[in-house]
Amino acid sequence: MQSNGTAQKPVHIIRRGSFFKFAPFYLMMFPGLVYLIINNYIPMTGIIIAFKQLDFSKGILKSPWIGMKNFKFLFQNDAFLITRNTIAYNLVFILLGTITAIAVAVLLDELRGKIQKRVSQTIILIPYLISMVVVSYLVNALLSTDNGFINNSILAPLGYDPVSWYSTPNIWPIILVIVNLWKGFGYQSIIYYATVVGIDRGLYEAAAIDGASRWQRIRSITIPGLKSTIITLTLLGIGRIFYSDFGLFYQVPLNSGPLYNVTNTIDTYVYRGLMQSNNISMSSAASVYQSLVGFVLVLTANLVVRKISKEEALF
Amino acid sequence: MIENDRIFQSIARIIMVLLCIFCLFPFALLIVSSFTDESTLVRDGYSLFPKSFSLDAYKYLINNAAQIGKAYLNTIGVTIIGTISNLTLTTMFAYPLSRRNLPHRNFWSFVVFFTMLFNGGVVSTYIMYSQYFHIRNSYWALIVPNLLMSAFYIIMMRTYFTQNIPEEVLEAARIDGSGEWHILWRLVLPMSRPIIATVALMVGLQYWNDWVNGLYYLTKDKYFTIQVVLNKMLQDMQFLKSNSMAASTNVDTSAMPTLSVKMAIAFIGVLPMLCIYPFFQKYFVKGITIGAVKG
Repeated sequence: MQSNGTAQKPVHIIRRGSFFKFAPFYLMMFPGLVYLIINNYIPMTGIIIAFKQLDFSKGILKSPWIGMKNFKFLFQNDAFLITRNTIAYNLVFILLGTITAIAVAVLLDELRGKIQKRVSQTIILIPYLISMVVVSYLVNALLSTDNGFINNSILAPLGYDPVSWYSTPNIWPIILVIVNLWKGFGYQSIIYYATVVGIDRGLYEAAAIDGASRWQRIRSITIPGLKSTIITLTLLGIGRIFYSDFGLFYQVPLNSGPLYNVTNTIDTYVYRGLMQSNNISMSSAASVYQSLVGFVLVLTANLVVRKISKEEALF
Repeated sequence: MIENDRIFQSIARIIMVLLCIFCLFPFALLIVSSFTDESTLVRDGYSLFPKSFSLDAYKYLINNAAQIGKAYLNTIGVTIIGTISNLTLTTMFAYPLSRRNLPHRNFWSFVVFFTMLFNGGVVSTYIMYSQYFHIRNSYWALIVPNLLMSAFYIIMMRTYFTQNIPEEVLEAARIDGSGEWHILWRLVLPMSRPIIATVALMVGLQYWNDWVNGLYYLTKDKYFTIQVVLNKMLQDMQFLKSNSMAASTNVDTSAMPTLSVKMAIAFIGVLPMLCIYPFFQKYFVKGITIGAVKG
C-alpha cells in the first residue's frame, strides 16, 4: 500500500506538467518534423496527380479528374517492358550480388596475411565511394567506340573490328550487371564479413579438432552463421525490387536510344516522361504504380519472413 | 594438410589481388588518361601506357579556374552546409525519440519509419519543390530535396543513443537541474562521437556525389557542382566550350583538349573523397555494418 502510493506520485506530477516538461523535446523535433512533412508526407498526397489531367495553369487541385485513364494508357503501352526490366535486373543483382559478397567475405576471413586483409578491405570499397556520373566516365573510357580501351587496346591488336557498344543492345544486360557488381560488391562483402568475424571462433576450433575440411567448416559453420544476414539483405532487396538505380540505367548507357529496350526501367521512364518528353500523366502513373506496388512488396516480404522466423523480420 | 593449406592461401591471395585490380583498373585508366596528350588519345584511345604524356588538361583547368573553381567551391560549400544541417536535424530528432518517457514515442517513431516504406514518387516531389517552393536554380535545390534528413540515419542514431547512453546518466543530469538542451549538447553529443562521425561521413559522401538534384532543378551554371558539370559534359560534349563563362572570359576554346579535360575533371571530382576515405574507413565500415542491422 505504502510503496504503491509513493510510486504513483511522480507519475501524477509528470502527467500534470506533461506538455511543459516535454516542451524542449517537441522543440527539438520540430524542424525535423517540418522537413519530413514537406519532403515526404506532402508528396504522398501528390499521388492524386496520376488520376488527373494535369494543367499547370489551373494548379493540381483544380485540374480535372480523369480516373484510371493514365493507368490504362500506361498498361496498354510501356508498363510491361519497364516492369520486366526493373524486376529482372534486380533479381540478377540480388542473386549474383549475394553470392559474390559471401564468397569475398569468406575469402577475406580465411586470408591469413593481415596487411593484405586490411588493404583489400579498403580497395574493394573504393568503387562504392564514387557517383554514377563518374562511373559512366569510367565505363565510357572502356567502351567508347572511337577512343575506348576495349576497342583500341584489346580488340584491335587481336584483329577484330571496333564494336559500337552504345548501339548494341544485346550486350548491355551483361555490362549493367558487371557495373552494378563492380560498384556494389565491396559494400555487401563488408557487411557479410562483419557477420563472419562475429561467428564464435570456438566452433571452428572444435571442427578442426574433429578433422573437418575447410570446405566442410565453411558449409556447416560459416554459411549457417550468415543465414540471418542473408535473409535480411535479401528481404531489403526484394522490398526494393520495383526501384532501380536511376544513374546506372540512365547515365551509364549515356541515355542511348537504341538501348532503351534493355535499359528502360521504371525510374528512367518516370524521368524521361517528366523532364524530357513532357508526358507528365504517364510519368505520374508510372511513379504511383512504383510507389504502391513497392509498398505492397515491402509489407509482403516482411510478412513472409515473419512467418518463417520472427527475429529476422524488419518490423 | 599444411601443404594443402599453403596452396589454399596462395590461391586466396591471387584471387584477392585480382579482385583489387578489377576494382582499381578503371580508376587507373581515368588518371592516366587525364595526363595523356590529346592527340595520342585521339589516335590510340584511352590506355594505361600512352605514348606521350602531357599536362595540357590541367593547364586548361587552371586557365579556366573561374569555371571549374566555382563548381568546386559550390560542391564544397553544399557538402559542408548540407552535412552540418543534416546532422543538426537528425540528432535533434533522434535524441527525444531515444528517451523512453517521450509521450507517444511509438507514434513518432512510426512517422519516421513510414517514410522508408512509402513515398509519393518523383513526380509529385518534383512538382511540389519546383512549382510551390520555387527552388529551381537556387542553392536550396542542391541542399534540401531528399538529402537534408533521412529516416535511415534517424533510426541509426536513435538506436545508438538508446544502447550506449544509460538512462541513469541522463536522469542524474536532470536531477542536477540540467535542461534537455544542455544534456543533449554537453552529455549526449560528446558520448556519441563515433555515430556522429559515421553519419557525417555517409551524408557528406551523399552531398559530394549528388547530381540528381542538379539534373532536376538546375539550368544556370553558376549553381553547378562538379558532379552536375560532369553530368552536363556527358550529355553535351560541347558544354565546356559553349559555356557562357568561357565565352565571357574570351578563352580560346577551340584548342581545348576535350578528352583529357573530361577525365581530369572527373579525377579532381573523386580525389578528395579518395584521399579522406582511408583515414575514416573505420567509421565508414561501421556505418555500413550498423546500417544493415535493423534499427
